[in-house]
Amino acid sequence: MSILTDLQERSPAGVLQVGALDDGKPLMRVAPQALPQIAGAAKELGFAHLACITGVDYPDEHEIEVIYNLYNYDQRENLVLKARTSRDEARLPSVSGVWRAALFLERETYDLLGVRFEGHPDLKRILLPEPWVGHPLRKDYEMNRQQFVSKGPQGEDVVSFDPQEGW
Amino acid sequence: MAPLNHAKDGLGSIVMTTVEDFLRWGRSNSLWPLTFGLACCAIEMMSAQDSDYDMARFGSEIFRPTPRQADLMIVAGTVCKRMAPRIKTLFEQMAEPRYVIAMGACTINGGPYQYTYSVVHGVDKIIPVDVHVPGCPPTPEALLQGLIKLQRAIRSREGRPRPVPFSPAELSEASRS
Repeated sequence: MSILTDLQERSPAGVLQVGALDDGKPLMRVAPQALPQIAGAAKELGFAHLACITGVDYPDEHEIEVIYNLYNYDQRENLVLKARTSRDEARLPSVSGVWRAALFLERETYDLLGVRFEGHPDLKRILLPEPWVGHPLRKDYEMNRQQFVSKGPQGEDVVSFDPQEGW
Repeated sequence: MAPLNHAKDGLGSIVMTTVEDFLRWGRSNSLWPLTFGLACCAIEMMSAQDSDYDMARFGSEIFRPTPRQADLMIVAGTVCKRMAPRIKTLFEQMAEPRYVIAMGACTINGGPYQYTYSVVHGVDKIIPVDVHVPGCPPTPEALLQGLIKLQRAIRSREGRPRPVPFSPAELSEASRS
């Protein structure tokens, strides 16, 4: 638990809750505005590897939780940061200034959950084509409406709900 | 093509056939597949090509890296929606006459990815398929059987079972029927 207390001392205002995951990984819930500062402090403590950014949609609480999985290669330790944002206007500060790996991971989270990362230099979809409607990992995504992808005259991706336009 | 069997055992030195039959025979025994693996089925496809199963026995030995030199597309793996227009382009770039083997459950109807947003429910909604090889993944033997089935279809006088639909309207028509 020394990492958590160390981090908490560096930015006491930003830390909302400290705990552990079921498998024992240290967990820290942070306020959105303090996220880049805590991320920078974590990197200084040796968490140089941003393994994954993912997220969970909580429609009942009108919130989206974004999860940052960090790893320290020297100490062989994990750290999990969690930040919550409103569901209707999902915004979080970008950590791409701290870890360059966040450039792609934040694009993926934006693509699948619709969280806008402020300060990201090139926030656009990474897996789905740009004109795709909706963010599929949100619980209210309409799975029954098929979207069709075809190629436009300039080679760009065209998305349509119309089966007649086809693939 | 019965006369050619006599040529093999040396009993006959003259073979009577038609030019069309001869062309079909040659075509069926020199299918050049496109190097085109989309997911895990591609591993079985590579295995079918390697020395244990040796796809070259059936004249289908050279996997071409460019569609211009290939006339058989083995769609091996999950077809994502974003890949769909690219598959169509590759198919259109292949030399005529061209054939398609749909390998594996994903390629036939979406397979385990039936209820997802990102997977095409069957590659036959994009390009015409000649032979479906079921399995998850199909064994190399199954792929070889699919290849032999395709060769028989090419060698038969009827040729491929149905015409090639092309415009999107025709394609969705074909996928509905």
